[in-house]
Amino acid sequence: MTDISQELIARVRQASHDGTSLQIMGGGSKQFMGREPIGDPISLSEHKGIISYEPIELVLTARAGTPISEINSALAEHNQCLAFEPPTFNGQATLGGTLACHLSGPARPWSGSIRDHVLGIRLINGHAEELRFGGQVMKNVAGYDVSRMQAGAMGTLGIITEVSLKVMPKPAATVTIKQEMDAAKAIETMNRLSGQSKPLTGACWFDNHLYLRLAGARSAVDSTVNQWQGAALEDTDAFWSTLREQQLDYFLDASSLWRFSVKSSAAHVLPDEDWLFDWGGAQRWLRGDFTADKLEALAETAGGQVSLYRGGDRSQEVFHTQSEALQKLHQRLKHAFDPNGVFNPNRLYSWM
Amino acid sequence: MNQSLRPDKAALVELFRDFIEPQYVINDEETQKPFECDGLSVYCDMPLITVLPKTVEQVCEVMRICYRYQIPVVARGAGTGLCAGAMPNPDGVLLVLSRFKHILDIDPLARSARLQPGVRNLAISEAASPYGLYYGPDPSSQIACSIGGNVAENSGGVHCLKYGLTTHNLLKIEMVTVEGELITIGSEGLDSNGFDLMALITGSEGLLGVITEVTVKLLPSPEKAQVIMAGFDNVQTAGDAVGGVIAKGIIPAGLEMMDSPAIIAAEAFAHAGYPTDAQALLLCELDGSEAEVQEQIAEVEQLFIELGATTTRVSQSEAERALLWKGRKSAFPAVGRISPDYYCMDGTIPRSQLAHVLTEMQKLSEQYGLRVANVFHAGDGNLHPLILFDANVPGELERTEEFGSRILELCVKVGGCITGEHGVGVEKIRQMTIQFNDQELTQFHAIKHAFDPIGTLNPGKGIPVLKRCQEYRTLDRPQHKHDSQPQQGDLA
Ligand SMILES: Cc1cc2nc3c(=O)[nH]c(=O)nc-3n(C[C@H](O)[C@H](O)[C@H](O)COP(=O)(O)OP(=O)(O)OC[C@H]3O[C@@H](n4cnc5c(N)ncnc54)[C@H](O)[C@@H]3O)c2cc1C
Ligand SMILES: Cc1cc2nc3c(=O)[nH]c(=O)nc-3n(C[C@H](O)[C@H](O)[C@H](O)COP(=O)(O)OP(=O)(O)OC[C@H]3O[C@@H](n4cnc5c(N)ncnc54)[C@H](O)[C@@H]3O)c2cc1C
Repeated sequence: MTDISQELIARVRQASHDGTSLQIMGGGSKQFMGREPIGDPISLSEHKGIISYEPIELVLTARAGTPISEINSALAEHNQCLAFEPPTFNGQATLGGTLACHLSGPARPWSGSIRDHVLGIRLINGHAEELRFGGQVMKNVAGYDVSRMQAGAMGTLGIITEVSLKVMPKPAATVTIKQEMDAAKAIETMNRLSGQSKPLTGACWFDNHLYLRLAGARSAVDSTVNQWQGAALEDTDAFWSTLREQQLDYFLDASSLWRFSVKSSAAHVLPDEDWLFDWGGAQRWLRGDFTADKLEALAETAGGQVSLYRGGDRSQEVFHTQSEALQKLHQRLKHAFDPNGVFNPNRLYSWM
Repeated sequence: MNQSLRPDKAALVELFRDFIEPQYVINDEETQKPFECDGLSVYCDMPLITVLPKTVEQVCEVMRICYRYQIPVVARGAGTGLCAGAMPNPDGVLLVLSRFKHILDIDPLARSARLQPGVRNLAISEAASPYGLYYGPDPSSQIACSIGGNVAENSGGVHCLKYGLTTHNLLKIEMVTVEGELITIGSEGLDSNGFDLMALITGSEGLLGVITEVTVKLLPSPEKAQVIMAGFDNVQTAGDAVGGVIAKGIIPAGLEMMDSPAIIAAEAFAHAGYPTDAQALLLCELDGSEAEVQEQIAEVEQLFIELGATTTRVSQSEAERALLWKGRKSAFPAVGRISPDYYCMDGTIPRSQLAHVLTEMQKLSEQYGLRVANVFHAGDGNLHPLILFDANVPGELERTEEFGSRILELCVKVGGCITGEHGVGVEKIRQMTIQFNDQELTQFHAIKHAFDPIGTLNPGKGIPVLKRCQEYRTLDRPQHKHDSQPQQGDLA
């Protein structure tokens, strides 16, 4: 429970003055993501602690270095949770890193991502100013939404020092059912079922099996299980947490891992390759060596984008190519927050 | 970029009429009159020229011309905004998107709809309903307001607590930049690589670009929805009951509260059967599967009774549910009937501060000699105090505005904010300095500058200009008449 924001501000001021750059580190668990980091490491891991938590307001505020696992335990005491189910990675993942990377668990299509639950942040910009955006209330449309903008920015806009989040009650009951089917059928089924008013909160496919998670009021879960059928899993929590933390055998393979974020109903492509679908078809993982160009074309046809998530050559671009007009906007926005290029240079794109 | 090259009004009209049908390039006062304000009619002004393009290419061309000659552009949807965000600029072009009213595509399997910006909010749900789907955000103006305006204001509605604001329900937009370039933001996937530009555009009040297409998420229509009405003899108890529902782990689809003056006005208007002797009324809607709703309705009714409700009533049919909501949804016009004029405020507070804020507001009401009726989205702490006044009484509007800004200051003081859903526009530009310090406002200007380096998109709205921000403005920026007016935010 320490506040080191003054130290952080001083480091940023110094770096900006010296013309050096800083590599922002949360738990340091995400080193493999994005392009190769450059700059002096600046760690947020000491900047931690829950600052306020009002269960009845459904709001929690914590310092950015607070481990997700610590937040999860505080919430569990009040039977609440982070509805976006962030990966905890052995307790290392921090709140700030989770927002910066914008990673969400299997509930994403139904419960939203961290971006959807952020209410406000504090951010140190490249002028070494600690600024407050958003707040601790559910609705706030004053000014631009700088808080949500941090999601996926990989720390290139500044150091997030504090985050306020909307939290949710834990569902009363959870059951997972499993059915055997092929990829194309699974895509159709996941999308069709998602269009029904049922307590669906997870839908993934791999090894020729579809897994559906139902969570909510006991009566609603039970009646849906009866309607949809399939074999109920023994340990439903263990299954989804292994998926979320990427501990399934599928992810433990050493080959490159590609992440597609596409239209959930997009047709199945490259049927002979090794796929895992999550998010009811909207997030698709592909293992193996491919050229980025080929996959980008496929992702665009599927209405979305692809990134090299792990492995491969990280001195090249790893995130989906941006159009020229969007590159220009990205560069101008980077300049608006960090004119001297202090934070995580090149981590997101080589041109920024 | 030399402003002296700028064509005069007649020449500009001809430039626009080259590619837009002549009757849609309006420059006479009489025809422009209906466009002089949005839903907040105390602020109005006449645009130089009003254009109603029909194609995206025409929008691009309008923007290119305005960029070349540094002419301000104000986008307008349906004009139902409540912060004077769409108020015209007297030296500029009013770009009206009301002819863009086609639903381009509904994809039932992927649960999404691709829309032109002028599509009415309610029309989306109507078109989606044959597929058992609907669009979540439902501002009370949903019969009239446009999806483009909803994106620009990040509009909310009764369903926000459970289903989110506009920002939570968007996939992709197409937008024309100030330079006249068409760009795509977002995708049909749930997220995209790079900066989340969608977050910035949503709620940006037409300050960053002109939205020409919107792809939204659609949700499955709930199997069942039922509403419980509960009357309380004191506001504090009703406020506690709101917390009580949440503490039970139930997230209602809607949780709305009205105070006594609002109950009386709404009942006289809608005849919904509201208890007119109650001090506070809650409307709590639960939705989901049949089984779930049945279970939760019983729990919530029991809870309300335990917490001191004096009356409760559960809707027994769709007609009864609609009737119970009718009073709430028509609360603004209902209050309009008991006073010559009313001014609708919009602030958000932490729920726990409800009773305190209402008490303080009552004191202010006495101090200013103006009545207040309150309707609010209790579930998410978004208040709508309606200040009743008579514009014909000299000085009363000014007193009303002062009272209004005291309410917003109070919201910020208890940890809330100056606008939950109506936006800043011209109306709340002064209160921005209560919620944000100079450094934060400067950061906002830097963002604005990234999108709009010459500062011609909806100038004078949203973010007050501070001395420090001048560095972000180019030196050759044209001087507008309004730059000299304090109300436009020259707070330096
Ligand atoms: C080998 C490995 C595999 C993993 N696999 C997965 C996986 O497959 N899927 C998954 O969802 N999760 C995975 N995780 C979990 C992941 O680590 C966490 O989800 C979390 O995002 C990382 O948080 P962190 O604090 O460790 O971030 P770090 O690794 O420290 O930082 C990640 C990024 O966020 C930035 N950042 C961190 N803190 C801040 C801040 N306060 N302000 C601004 N920017 C900041 C950093 O600069 C960097 O760009 C994995 C972790 C590891 C080590
Ligand atoms: C009776 C009543 C009830 C209301 N209830 C609610 C409510 O419950 N919740 C709520 O959130 N709001 C409510 N409002 C406010 C208003 O309806 C919303 O703000 C709505 O989103 C405005 O949409 P519009 O199409 O009328 O936009 P306009 O009023 O035309 O414009 C609003 C703003 O958006 C900009 N804009 C419009 N279209 C575009 C575009 N295509 N591209 C870029 N910028 C654009 C304008 O420049 C302006 O700044 C209510 C209004 C009324 C009159």
